[in-house]
Amino acid sequence: MSILINKDTKLVVQGITGRDGGFHTLKMKEYGTNVVAGVSPGKEGTNVDGIPVFNTVENAVKATGANTSIVFVPAPFAADAVAEAAEAGIKLIIAISEGIPTVDVIRITPILEKYGAKMIGPNCPGLISPGKSLAGILPTNIFKEGNVGLISRSGTLTYEMVNQLTTNGIGQSTCIGIGGDPIIGLHYIELLAMFEADIHTDAIVLCGEIGGDAEEQAAAFIKENITKPVVAFIAGQSAPPGKRMGHAGALITSGSGTAIEKIKAFEAAGVKVAKEPAEIPILVKKALGDKWQA
Amino acid sequence: MKIHEYQAKEIFAEYQIPVQTFFVCKTVDEVVNAFDKFGGPVVVKAQVLVGGRGKAGGIKFCDSKEKAIEAATSIIGMDIKGLTVETVIVCSAVDIADEIYVGLITDRNTKSVLLMVSAEGGVEIEEVAKTNPEKIIKIPIDPQIGLLPHQARNVFFKVMKNGNHVRQAADILVKLYKVFIEKDCSLAEINPLVIDKNDKVIALDAKVNFDDNAMFRHPDYEALADYTDDEKLEVEANERGLSYVKLDGEIGCMVNGAGLAMATMDMINLYGGTPANFLDIGGSSNPQKVIHAMEYLMNDKNVKAVLINIFGGITRCDDVARGLLEAFKQMDVKMPVVIRLSGTNAKEGKELLKNSKELITADTMAEAAKKVIEAAKNV
Repeated sequence: MSILINKDTKLVVQGITGRDGGFHTLKMKEYGTNVVAGVSPGKEGTNVDGIPVFNTVENAVKATGANTSIVFVPAPFAADAVAEAAEAGIKLIIAISEGIPTVDVIRITPILEKYGAKMIGPNCPGLISPGKSLAGILPTNIFKEGNVGLISRSGTLTYEMVNQLTTNGIGQSTCIGIGGDPIIGLHYIELLAMFEADIHTDAIVLCGEIGGDAEEQAAAFIKENITKPVVAFIAGQSAPPGKRMGHAGALITSGSGTAIEKIKAFEAAGVKVAKEPAEIPILVKKALGDKWQA
Repeated sequence: MKIHEYQAKEIFAEYQIPVQTFFVCKTVDEVVNAFDKFGGPVVVKAQVLVGGRGKAGGIKFCDSKEKAIEAATSIIGMDIKGLTVETVIVCSAVDIADEIYVGLITDRNTKSVLLMVSAEGGVEIEEVAKTNPEKIIKIPIDPQIGLLPHQARNVFFKVMKNGNHVRQAADILVKLYKVFIEKDCSLAEINPLVIDKNDKVIALDAKVNFDDNAMFRHPDYEALADYTDDEKLEVEANERGLSYVKLDGEIGCMVNGAGLAMATMDMINLYGGTPANFLDIGGSSNPQKVIHAMEYLMNDKNVKAVLINIFGGITRCDDVARGLLEAFKQMDVKMPVVIRLSGTNAKEGKELLKNSKELITADTMAEAAKKVIEAAKNV
């Protein structure tokens, strides 16, 4: 089992004829993801590696029954693309695009709510349920099927952690990069609840970073609602205030959003916090106990 | 991106938000001229892109020409939190009857533009938020409807008694929201919004930050930028596809990915070193990018050793290794460089770097951090 994506996922790629869209479409297909359609306005009737291309998401859904969308559309048009997918009835939209203006994301948020669609990202690497489905740009070779769920605000740091898990014999149920922007779709709390409900996830790794108070909220939520063990890591302990650390959301403002506060919040909620990525597999193994399946 | 008070006030004026007349001055003589034009008490205000100007002595009330000269002499060139004041504005002094805080920000939690109003105007809102959070009224604005006049009035009736003042303040707030959306702000703040002795409501201060992600819609913003030397480097690096933030430690870092770059800095700290910078080279193994990145590290006088930490995902480690070898061929690197390659094709990458004398290799982040700190000690 897994959360959000599995063997029933029928994926439509928005921006399939772009460089990144095309490249990752093939990677996803190669991994076994059921990529049923692509969208590129004005290119209906063509195909990418046998995947039919449509002018609109609506046409793609009608013709193929697509239920999940991944957006590679350039930032100036990406929020519009997400809204289009929601209006066409897509319930899970993964926005890979980086650099979308915040006001644009705010504008489409009510549209997602209206149509009951969930967004992952923007500015994220997407997600993978190892051995089942990939909807993102994550490097598949480092993953291994298993019972640990992972949620992260980062890209390569996620890969670093997953690699540590896999090389130590710990597999993953689903790994999700939720995105480095200040305003994003699905956040820790929604995903923690999904992992809690997933019978094949036995432990959760949460990889946070400086900026905002989502980690503090997650800690409070874990304390009240999550029975499965959670192991956390926070990046940016050495970051100075007032400086954006690459991610638009990784910013300490007026002394709030620091790593120290987040670590304290997790520890107060009984979440083990790793001092460095290499400590993650050690803590996870301990947390899994006899549920560790090598 | 931050802009100065006077630039924000120029935008406000464009949207008919009432601000005082002001003169932008760079010399004492210009301040004296401005004083003469007003012919009465003025306020001289430092234009510097950091909060707490008043406390630092950067805002002075002057009721005589002598005091204006004194204020200008002390403020122009003064240092406020590491920034030198190069510009001041001179405006007429206002008889304040009441002052309130009005701010709009993009808010992570409500996923909206959040309106904040407080009767505690004039002080730093962060302080109020810490000590008396209940004194800040917060209302998320519906992005599809925008801010309606009655909503603005309802908020101000909670902090003001006079209907005439409320109407003026509400009108200002509706216009401020328009500024926020049309100008792609991440923050638009009037602190304080004042009521003067003639019952006029005026934006006495103005603070506007633009959303960096929206710069492509506003090519005119570049002309408004007033970057420090460090920020200039950051902007230039950005144009080269790098994300760079200069810090003041001794270990230069080059990493692919923002999260991993932060974690690498943390690791250096954890093992007793100090990171000299944040540097994310992104997903490319383009040698040119690696060369640019190395240049930033080499040009930083504090850097004694370099740590390169690459996790190969879609980017293959052997490609990065080739880029590095090419970069080292083209430049003279005189300091120790520790490199750690992991992930896709790490083995092939390490094999390529095996014979390179300049490079010290490491298998894990911890090993790399320890080695680079040790190397920096021996420089």
